[in-house]
Amino acid sequence: MVDLVALEAEAQASLADAGDEPTLDAWRVEWLGRRGRLTAVLRGVRELPAEQRPIIGAGANRLKGTLEEAVSARRAELLAAADQGTSIDVTLPGRRPPLGSLHPITLTRRMMERTFRDMGFDVVEGPDVELEEYNFDRLRIPAGHPARDMWDTIWIADDDSGGPRQLLRTHTSPMQIRYLERRRPPIRVIVPGTCYRYEATDATHEWMLTQIEGLVIDRDLSFAHLKGTLEAFVRRMFGADIETRFRCDYFPFVEPGAELGVRWHGDWLEILGCGMVHPEIIEDAGLDPDQYTGFAFGMGVERVAMLRYGVRDIRHFYRNDVRFLRQFEGRR
Amino acid sequence: MEVPLKWLAQYVDWDMSVEELAHRLSMAGAEVEAVKRSGGDWDQVVVGRVAAIDQHPNADRLRLATVDFGADEPLQVVCGAPNLAQGQTIAFAQVGAQLIDPNTREPRRLRKGKIRGVTSLGMVCSERELGLSDEHEGILVLDTDAGLGTPLADVLGDVVLDIKPTPNRPDHFSILGIAREVAALTRGAVREPLATYAESTVSAHDRTSVQIEDAEGCPRYTAIVIDGVTVGPSPEWMQEALSSAGMRPINNIVDVTNYVMLEWGQPLHAFDYEVLHENRIVVRRARPDERIELLDGSELKLETDDLVIADADRAVALAGIMGGADSEISDSTTTVLLETANFQEASIRRSRARHTEGGTEASRRFEKSLNPELAELAARRAAALIVETAGGTAFAGIVDTYPGKAHTPQVVVPQRRITQILSVQPSVEEVRGILSALGISNRWLPPDRFAVSCPPWRSDIAVPDDVVEEIGRVLGYDNLPSEPLPGAVPDPDIDRERDLGERIRDVLTGLGLREIITYVTVQDSELSATASEATSGPSSVRLQNPMNAAQDRLRTSLRPRGLETFASNQQEARGGLGIYEVGKTFEARPGRQPIEERMVMALVGGEAPASVHGEAARTLDFFDAKGVLEQLAAGLDVEFGLQGGADDAALVRGESAQITVRGKPVGALGKLVPSLAARFGIESDVFALELSVGALAPLLRESETVPSPSIYPAAVEDLALIVDRDTAAGELAAAIGGNGLVEAVDLFDIYEGDQIPAGKKSLAFRVYYRSPDRTLTDRDVEKARRGIVRRLESQFQATLRDS
Repeated sequence: MVDLVALEAEAQASLADAGDEPTLDAWRVEWLGRRGRLTAVLRGVRELPAEQRPIIGAGANRLKGTLEEAVSARRAELLAAADQGTSIDVTLPGRRPPLGSLHPITLTRRMMERTFRDMGFDVVEGPDVELEEYNFDRLRIPAGHPARDMWDTIWIADDDSGGPRQLLRTHTSPMQIRYLERRRPPIRVIVPGTCYRYEATDATHEWMLTQIEGLVIDRDLSFAHLKGTLEAFVRRMFGADIETRFRCDYFPFVEPGAELGVRWHGDWLEILGCGMVHPEIIEDAGLDPDQYTGFAFGMGVERVAMLRYGVRDIRHFYRNDVRFLRQFEGRR
Repeated sequence: MEVPLKWLAQYVDWDMSVEELAHRLSMAGAEVEAVKRSGGDWDQVVVGRVAAIDQHPNADRLRLATVDFGADEPLQVVCGAPNLAQGQTIAFAQVGAQLIDPNTREPRRLRKGKIRGVTSLGMVCSERELGLSDEHEGILVLDTDAGLGTPLADVLGDVVLDIKPTPNRPDHFSILGIAREVAALTRGAVREPLATYAESTVSAHDRTSVQIEDAEGCPRYTAIVIDGVTVGPSPEWMQEALSSAGMRPINNIVDVTNYVMLEWGQPLHAFDYEVLHENRIVVRRARPDERIELLDGSELKLETDDLVIADADRAVALAGIMGGADSEISDSTTTVLLETANFQEASIRRSRARHTEGGTEASRRFEKSLNPELAELAARRAAALIVETAGGTAFAGIVDTYPGKAHTPQVVVPQRRITQILSVQPSVEEVRGILSALGISNRWLPPDRFAVSCPPWRSDIAVPDDVVEEIGRVLGYDNLPSEPLPGAVPDPDIDRERDLGERIRDVLTGLGLREIITYVTVQDSELSATASEATSGPSSVRLQNPMNAAQDRLRTSLRPRGLETFASNQQEARGGLGIYEVGKTFEARPGRQPIEERMVMALVGGEAPASVHGEAARTLDFFDAKGVLEQLAAGLDVEFGLQGGADDAALVRGESAQITVRGKPVGALGKLVPSLAARFGIESDVFALELSVGALAPLLRESETVPSPSIYPAAVEDLALIVDRDTAAGELAAAIGGNGLVEAVDLFDIYEGDQIPAGKKSLAFRVYYRSPDRTLTDRDVEKARRGIVRRLESQFQATLRDS
């Protein structure tokens, strides 16, 4: 004879212990599921002696109803308790998903690229190992020219193959020539890239540096467009209130040549060299210099990054100290 | 170039402050790096007047001077100078001024003091106290109209502009060159120095000859011979000028050559004519084993490509760099041969680098490529000054050997070119005024052109735009208009590799890794140690003059510098370290530019510590690195295949894999060989993930389309399988996933032990069934499951666990 009273007591006790939804589900399976214990009782009713059938049958059915109600009530109770919540120490550290970081030079390069892209510039790259011809001669800096002293060069060792002299590019300007070999005006492009100088390192000099070169050529562009473009760039990089100035400077591949300075915390800092593309370079590209004019510029990404992040020693960038890099988490 | 303003003022006037002058010169291209004041630090020393004198109450030899120096109240000071008199204009040092202590000769700050009971609130200075001279007998009495309170530096001292010339402007290495800049900026005019002198009736050609054997090295050589000179000190004004520009006075002849060099930018040299064998000059390359003793006492062994000035027999000067000791001007010199020549910059540079440290004043100027036309102007000026300061008579004419003479071309500048480039329209008069002030001769060719020629002291006026720059810079770039770019925006280039590199940076950063950027140079031994090929890897590019002699190769792999960075950061790597670099590697090709390949390498390792929430500490392992790869695959929408056992000498064979995309190798993943990690000082296991961005880029899906998820519910079932222990779980999962109704498969449990047969393992997969177009029935799922199990049984001899 099935002891429905004991069965109910057991079911209710274990229901009271069920503290969460999975346990409730498991309890339901155990008692009310297809193979549940109460279901088994109900199924077994027809095997009982005839006189017991109605009593047990009715009792088990009643119990089923009772337990269904009990589990619903328990579920509601648990939900109400969950809404109340438990008490935890909220000052414990969280489980932190890792946050990576882009290198500050990448961040700054990208910001500069975005700024120029917004002004309709294309972005291309060129080789780090250049031919002497492209790095110097075709930029109007032949061997022996006094201006070659402006770039202390790291040369590639001669491999005795009789090939042309190669070097680590000292600036991204050779891409002016390479781009002009395959594109016709209108030209509006910047070239980010790594450059190299045979130069002792100190707080403001690195032998490896990142440059962004720019070249714009179209019909009848003037120095006014050079000024307008670079002033817009500087405003977007450093804020609308930035003061700028252009002073005369010399680069063999531009004429007139200039240097752009910005006033930063009261001091004038030169941030880029620029000028109108030399008519011989326009002519060498197969264009008529009377019709096509333009301007070029070049600037150091490290210099801008130093201003932007207040870094006083350029050597931090390629030392890759995680304590330094960590500070750039989440930046763009 | 040090430009003393008193000297500059001989040639040009300006009406602006020193600061303004320096600023405007800089803006126009003659960068003033510093403004120095000669005469020491005269801060707080001003012009004063002795208003009254009283006797010191306690000392016979001391007096009390009341000094008016422009302040509201005059001050009283104690003074012992015998020459002190009422009404004198004097240099008055206020308390706090820095003076030279007359006894110790050291600088000392002036303090308020009591002398014999009387307070002294300043000092009336002697020349010695001001550092002007040793004179200390009396006070310095000024002869000036300057107002009381004017800083003494404005009255007595000289201001020196330190100018850094650009390589195209050798004339900025001269006082006159700067004077022309000032004249242009003020629209004034330069007072040209006198260069006339009386000549004897005898021709210089009768006294000497000049033969140039190397016309390329020496385009021009002029000689003037001056007879009957008296060598002695140069006049005081000249000595002062030289000293103020940083040169030491020597004697009148040498001082003239230096003076004219500073004035014109053209180096000169004076020989003792009588010492020259056969009294003649030969410009030639040095002979084998030829030697010369220079003015500074150094003895050089010359090379056969050194250009020398010689007499009939021997070298007497290293051309353009320094004169020889034998032929130098001495007290007994009576006849001078004055050399004013032009030398090729490359030749000067070669010999300068070989024989000197940093060059000389002369070589510095020749290296900037001087115009040979300048020589004669400077020669005449120097001859005039020698005759003026050392007496004597110049023989008639100049012996001028000028094989490099070239026609100075006229540059024709259309007026509209100025407007085209500068967007302004200066008047014809304004343009001509600027050019004339710069000493650039010019004519107006009606109706619309200028004809311009390059002056002798410059070489940089060759094309119309050179003239446009002159106009633009003198008008002031900041005064030119500014406009936004007009016209069409050109279509951009597509650079998939570059774009992919940027995308990889974003994904890896999002996964918590840190980007590093390392130097591209490595040691050859580092490359061979980390190379994937045990024998010969890609050949590396060698540098001729590396920054660091040991690291003379360009990297063929990102590994060496990356491992070095990992090692240097492992102390800081709480929670494990994950770094990556996207950068180029370089593979040498004979006679051609190297192949530059964009690579990405990530390094993962270290220990994730236990957390307060109960997670145990654990060492990062292969699957942390693989997780990065899997997430990268998701981020790039690409499927990476892994083939166990990467054939890579730097990776542990059993814990590494080659990464493929559609069967093509694109990289490697695995544990770094521990001995290699140790070599770089890495104390933990470190796992590398390396991909060629270049190889990967063309294998990416070009389409950016995404399938829409099914709106029908999924059926989820677990499938526990028993297979041989060495069966790869990934292959089983792939087989399950091969069923058309299976949307996803997750491996969630691996078991080996008592409950299953030895040599076997149990793998439990959760399988998600879903159809894109209907709700699956139990029968659908059961049919699919049976199909899967049959396939697993036949392919892997798998059996279902507890079925």
